[in-house]
Amino acid sequence: MSTTKPEALLRGFLGRLLGALTRRSGDQAIVPIETVEGRALVVVVAIMTLLAGLTVGAVHLVRSAASDWQNALRREVTIQVRPVDGRDFEAEIAKAVAAARGIAGIAEVRAYTAEETRKALEPWLGTGLALDDLPIPRLITVTIAPGATPDLALLKRRLADTVSGASLDDHRSWSERLGAMRGGFGAAGFLVLALVVAAAILSIGFATQSAVAVNRPMIEVLHLIGAKDGFIAAEFQRHFLWLGALGGFIGALIAMLAFAVFGLWARRGVISPETDQVEALFGRFAMGWQGYAGIVGVMVLVTAITALTSRLVVLKTLRSLD
Amino acid sequence: MVRFENVGLRYGIGPEVLRDLTFTIEPDSFQFLTGPSGAGKTTLLKLLFMALKPTRGLVSVLGHDVSSLSADSLAVLRRRIGVVFQDFRLLDHLTTYANVALPLRILGREEASYRSEVVELLKWVGLGERMHMLPPVLSGGEKQRAAIARALITRPEVLLADEPTGNVDPSLARRLLRLFLELNRSGTAIVLATHDIALMDQVDCPRMVLSDGHLDVYD
Repeated sequence: MSTTKPEALLRGFLGRLLGALTRRSGDQAIVPIETVEGRALVVVVAIMTLLAGLTVGAVHLVRSAASDWQNALRREVTIQVRPVDGRDFEAEIAKAVAAARGIAGIAEVRAYTAEETRKALEPWLGTGLALDDLPIPRLITVTIAPGATPDLALLKRRLADTVSGASLDDHRSWSERLGAMRGGFGAAGFLVLALVVAAAILSIGFATQSAVAVNRPMIEVLHLIGAKDGFIAAEFQRHFLWLGALGGFIGALIAMLAFAVFGLWARRGVISPETDQVEALFGRFAMGWQGYAGIVGVMVLVTAITALTSRLVVLKTLRSLD
Repeated sequence: MVRFENVGLRYGIGPEVLRDLTFTIEPDSFQFLTGPSGAGKTTLLKLLFMALKPTRGLVSVLGHDVSSLSADSLAVLRRRIGVVFQDFRLLDHLTTYANVALPLRILGREEASYRSEVVELLKWVGLGERMHMLPPVLSGGEKQRAAIARALITRPEVLLADEPTGNVDPSLARRLLRLFLELNRSGTAIVLATHDIALMDQVDCPRMVLSDGHLDVYD
């Protein structure tokens, strides 16, 4: 059967790489290196590592994006001041700003001006709005210092005592909803991850089993000329460790490159005009070191599974010989 | 050296394929194992090199009751027995040199320590020029000699050979027989399974004749 040039090149590359990795100096490898089953196993391991790596990265991105949303909400509270008859509206706003500034742990307090309020309402109420004719409340955004936990109950009391028509919105209901959503995303993500990893384990396990099974005659010969079970199992385990590591490395590298490239594109606005929506969901599509560490973890896991499965299959074969 | 007492073997719940085998193989001895095809020669050889365990009776090899040995102890004991398989069982991805050196690698020896030993043995069996070839390109006789060299490289105390002349012409068969006799003179006990009467007639030695699961020894 003829093969295309890229296939031949890939075979040649995998064969040479495996040969270089598994051969001891001066000795030929006892377990045959360049076999069809070995190459197929590398491809299976690479594909399953890629899928599991992409899943790990995606779950990490969604979880960190949800966490970012929640943190952003928690870092800000809003004071709303409604106009009250017989009171100086601007003076009440100034008192509310002063009350907020008097609380420890508040980084910044900014009251919307009448002009800013008008602009914010334009999409709903149209242009040329005369705010003075309407009892439109004014918003004051209060930014909490990073790491600080200001006494918002005290702020609420002070506002009630000193400012007419003021109320404090700490975004708790939104934050709680986001928290629940984050938990939901996390659980769904881990479920998908568990399924993908289980599929990876099963398919790699079966591929390893069939790759070892074709070497049964060799296992028999080694057994009959006096090799201990541990020696035979170690030879196979070393060989399949390299096969698993090579497949895992290829899959993990492609997964990491995919996230790095998408991250770069998103940062440079290449994905526009959808960039905003993508960023709204995934933040800036920038995966932190934890995401990359997760993909490396997948690589280590599949490598270990490949090596361990080969050992178990060899030991099972040897038990059947006795 | 090897002692069988009332040994029987059956596969599963089938009838006994070997019955009441009682014999000994003495140190430095040479014997043929013969019998019609299907008489159980290969099965008896498997019992001798501990690839099978008897369903009854005692098999003692080099002073050890094989039924009481662990898998690792059996492996260590097998190293003292050389086996030439009927179908050679060379590893096709290893060169002739590497195939012959395999038992030494199993012992954990470094290549530098055994290289000259392996080359010398390959020259002795006439494969000096073919040591870097892979088994698939060797002739039947060359594979046979490579298999013999692999069985001999660890200087075993007993050599078991299953139809070692079955795939070669009469002239090479005589050369191989001389090789086995030379080995025997150097102190290796030899059991040579064959149904080649002409070959057996060339050596005056005990014949173990298997027939219908029974063994008779003719001195």
